[in-house]
This record gives sequence, structure tokens and C-alpha cells, in this order.
Amino acid sequence: MTDVILAAHAVDPTLQTFENDVWWISLIKLFGVFVLLLLLTLFTIVYERKVVARMAVRPGPNQVGPKGWLQSLTDGVKLPFKEEIIPKTADKVVYFIAPVISATVAFTAFSVIPFGGVVNMFGQQTALQLTDVPVSVLVLLACSSMAVYGVVLAGWASGSTYPLLGGLRSSAQMISYEVAMGLSIVAVFMTAGSMSTSQIVAAQAHGSPVNIFGWEVTTPSWYAVLLLPSFIIYCIAAVGETNRAPFDLPEAESELVGGFHTEYSSFKFALFFLAEYINMITVSAFATTLFLGGWRAPWPITWFWEGANSGYFAVIWFFAKVLLLLFGFIWLRATLPRMRYDQFMRFGWKVLIPVNLVWILFLSYVKIANNELSQQAKWFSIIGIVVVILLVAMLWPAARKPRQISIEEELAARPPGSFPVPPMDLQVPPSPRARRAVAERAAALVGGDSSPVSADKEV
Amino acid sequence: MGTFTGSFKGFGVTFAHMFRKVITTDYPFSPPTPAPRYHGRHILNRHPDGLEKCIGCELCAWACPADAIYVEGADNTDEERYSPGERYAGIYQISYARCIFCGLCIEACPTRSLTMSNEYELARDNRQDLIFTKKELLAPLLPGMEQPPHPMRLGDTDKDYYLGALTNPGTSAGAERAPWATNEAAAASGEAAESDRGGKRNEKTVEGAV
Repeated sequence: MTDVILAAHAVDPTLQTFENDVWWISLIKLFGVFVLLLLLTLFTIVYERKVVARMAVRPGPNQVGPKGWLQSLTDGVKLPFKEEIIPKTADKVVYFIAPVISATVAFTAFSVIPFGGVVNMFGQQTALQLTDVPVSVLVLLACSSMAVYGVVLAGWASGSTYPLLGGLRSSAQMISYEVAMGLSIVAVFMTAGSMSTSQIVAAQAHGSPVNIFGWEVTTPSWYAVLLLPSFIIYCIAAVGETNRAPFDLPEAESELVGGFHTEYSSFKFALFFLAEYINMITVSAFATTLFLGGWRAPWPITWFWEGANSGYFAVIWFFAKVLLLLFGFIWLRATLPRMRYDQFMRFGWKVLIPVNLVWILFLSYVKIANNELSQQAKWFSIIGIVVVILLVAMLWPAARKPRQISIEEELAARPPGSFPVPPMDLQVPPSPRARRAVAERAAALVGGDSSPVSADKEV
Repeated sequence: MGTFTGSFKGFGVTFAHMFRKVITTDYPFSPPTPAPRYHGRHILNRHPDGLEKCIGCELCAWACPADAIYVEGADNTDEERYSPGERYAGIYQISYARCIFCGLCIEACPTRSLTMSNEYELARDNRQDLIFTKKELLAPLLPGMEQPPHPMRLGDTDKDYYLGALTNPGTSAGAERAPWATNEAAAASGEAAESDRGGKRNEKTVEGAV
């Protein structure tokens, strides 16, 4: 058996690797992911509070534990011991199930995230990933879709108006942004040729050579660079999907009571809180896997350190990337104000999704042109596309603004019998009382000798 | 393009602020020192022999815009004397649920009896405790002071007390000092302040408003 840590190269797992796992190895990995997520949640909460505080020139939590890093642990211990209040009108069963759904799917989603390549774990060769299936990206998407059930059922089962409205808002938001998120992943499928997360990471190991009009070019290995529009749209959609600022409309602390979890307290609220942060970590880990080369070290490191990707070292790079993305989330929260709901929805449906569709169309054309078309056909197709685009642009109905009419014209256009309006050149006449005050004050100035000015006085 | 780059300016601002020095104070552990003339809770001062300076005139209550002060005067007798002169404050209450710390009462006080300290930790857990009576407001007895009631020790009439207060102000040291006061008077009151001052509670803050 080779010692993988000493071997100076990363070993990519195949789907076969996961089938060969012994049951107790799976159990260890399962437990490991569970504990890791709990710890990461505790860490992320303090991390977020500290970074936001620093951006607001405050120190943030600094009392509990070394430099305040145990603050969320004590909060987490406190929360389950608080009084549990269940509204009388609540649907008890659903009210109980909703947070369970939220937390469960949040944990489940992490099972297909690869933390590293094949390592030697207690004498067994296994991948640093709980499991993988040929469609594991779809598993992730399914988990985030199921999370909507947690939200919508929580809002419904609370038997109260605000949670219901909050739940509707949340689910509308999550569903809308899931479409954009799913579409941005399509480009990754097309490029990687696989839906398995471990294979997508493997596909990002090296750039592939492409022929652009006779030039041999090696594409960048990370899909974040190669598929930049997809990456940007994914990042925006991920923020919307996790209900984070500036898209935190469902909980909008300053406007709403608290969204779908208004009526939740104690342990059930803790579950929602946990799910929210795990979701944030999941979308960051997902972005790392799909776009940022997964657990592989970034380029300059592999250049001078051959074994950077091998064995357990991969975990370092994975978490470095995840923490960087989490920082992005926090940065957004510290910088941007909350969006208005209609702007937010319009942005999702009318910008992100159409742009994504056009981008996918373009990408599939590039794929076909590279693989199947002859040089001549390429030229013809490009000319055809340009002509079509120009035609569409020329024939696009121009949005002509109606002429702005002046106020005088608007007044003249009023039908007879309209409400009277004040004259446009209205000048407020001076108050008669103002003059009297001036006269009295002038009399007081001369110190009792009021004879010359008193004639001015009005009574 | 300007608006495009402009929409990313905010990110630079928040990022740059991460590396600034925090502006918060480490409050419960190292509380900040307020300015010398900070308007904190009130003190009812005493003459150097321990008699109260308050004459129960109620001018502070009249001056108070928040109606936070309640005073009931009472008569001094030769057997039972709390302050030099005819009258003293039988009841004196300030409600810190109402006080706005404007200091108008200090300006109204004719005997420099009422001054303000630098103490600002005035949170209490019920409303009743926010009403400070003479028990809380009276300055503590310093060495050389005697718990009233007792006869006048510093002169035969109240006039001796009031004139003497300019050089020997008792616990209101510093409050008597006017901007136009001579150096000797200032030095004397400073000396008196140093010898008389027991704790932080007695630090006088209102100066020059005579």
C-alpha cells in the first residue's frame, strides 16, 4: 500500500473509489462531516460578527473565550435551554417538521462536497468526500429545493400572518434564484462533461487546449475564469438563495418581524439558524468545487510545491477558498443596503436568467464549432450570427419616452370644473402681525421714549 | 462607466475600514474619564464644619425644566440646626427618571449647595431607586466635619459662612472659582479641594458660573 501523503501527486477519486469504501470508513466520514459542519457554523457566526464589526470600526465579540471566539458556542448552548413557545393556532406536526426539514437537507447537501483527493485513512484508501454519485450536483440542487419546503411549511404551520407572508416571500425568492443558480451550473456540466462533483474537480486540474482560428490556446483551468459569466451569476444567485444581505428580504429585521421563523423559539429556532449558516457554507463550498478548482491548490503554490495537492493537504486549500468566499458574503452584508423586493425579483427573472440563457447558447455554439464544424462552416456560422444579431438590434422596438409636458401645459389641459390649484407664481404676502412686532421692538429699543414710533403701531 | 465603478466604491470603503483603529471604549473594564465639567449626578454640598449648604429656597426646583426636583423647606432652630441661617431643606429629592442634566439647577443655586459630579452610572432596576433623596445626594462627611444637627462652628451668623465660603468652600471646592477670581483665591480653593477631597464623588465640576 502506498503512502499517499508522501506521494507528491494528487490522486483523483473515481466513482469506483466510493463503492469500495468499507462501512466504518463511511461512518467515520459521516461523523466527520457532521462535526465539521457544526464547528464551521459556530466559527462562521463569530467570523461574520467580527468582520462586520471591524468594517464598522468596532471590535466585535471579545469576551467569551480567547478573543471572543467561543461566543457562538455559548449562544448555541443557551438557545436550546430557552423557553419554547408554540402558538395556539400552530399546526403542531408541521410546525415541528419544518425546522427538521431545513436542518436535515442543509446537512445532506454537504455529503457530496469533495474536501480532497484519495487519502490513506486508517489503512484504507478513500476519498475525502462522504459519497459521490454520477449526478451529485443534482443532489445538491435537490437539497436546496427541499429547503424551500422547510421555509414554506414553517411559515404556514405557525398559524400567524407575519410568518405566512415571510414564508411566501422567502420561498418566492429561493425558487426564483434557484433557476438562475441551476442555469449557471449548466455551463459547468457542458464544459466538464460530468455531474459528479469529484469529476468536476478533476476536470479543473488542467486547462484544455483549444483551437481558435488556427491558434492553439490552453484555457485556464478554473471554471471561474473560463466561465466567468456563469461564476458571477452563480455568486449573485447564491446570495439570493441563502437569503443573505443585500437580498435578505425574508428576514429584513428593520422592516419585518423576522420572516418565516417569527413564531419559532428555543431549539427549533436554533435549527433554522443552523440551517441558514450551513446553507451559506454549502453554497461557498459548492462554488469552490464547481468554479474555483475544488480542493486543488491555486497555481503559484503548485508551481513551487509539487505535493501541495496530495493527501490531507488538499483540505487546507479547500477551506482557504471557502473562507474567502464566506468573507465575500460578509463583505456584501457590510457594504450594501437591502434591495427592494420588486427590483430584486426583476433582477432575478429579467436579467440573470436571460443573460444566463444567452451565455449557455453561446457556449454550446462554441462547443459545436470547435468539435464538429469545419473551418469554412465556422466562418459562415459566425457571419450568420452577426447578421442575425444586427437585424434583431435594428428591428428592436425602441422604447420612446413620452414628451415631458410642462406644468403650464398640464394646467391648461385640465378639464373645466377641476379642483382649483394655487397660482404658479404664488408669493406669500407678508403677515400683518410681523409689522406690528417690528414696530413694538423698535419702541422698546429707545428705552421708554416711544413717541416717534408708536404712531406706527397697529392694534 | 463612472456610475459602474462608483457602485463598487463602497466595497473599498468597508474593506479599508477593517484596518482602522476601533473607536469603541472598553467600557466596563476601563471606563472612560469624562470631561472635568461633565454633567453627572448631583451633590448637595456641606460647609467645612458639616452643616448643609442648602437653605431650602426651592430655586433649583423652579429652574428645573423637567420638573425633576422636589424640595420642602423647614426651619432651623438653635437646638436643631442643619444649615446656617433660617431654613434648610427638610425634604430634597431629585428624580433621575426625569432629570435631563441641563445644569440649570446648578446655575440657580444661590449658595453653591447643588453641584454636579462626574458620576454617570445611574441605571437602576426600578423607578423608585431613581429618586435620589438627601441620603444619596448629600456629600459625605469628610474629616473635620460633624453630622448635623449641630450649632454653627465657623461664625456667629450665616453671613460668616457665606463670606468664608469664598476661601474655604468645603465640599463644593472649585465651584466657587470664577474666571475673574484672583490667583490667591484659586490657589486657596485648590488647596481646600486637595485637603478636603475624599473620593471621586466629591470632585466638583461647575466653575466660574457665579
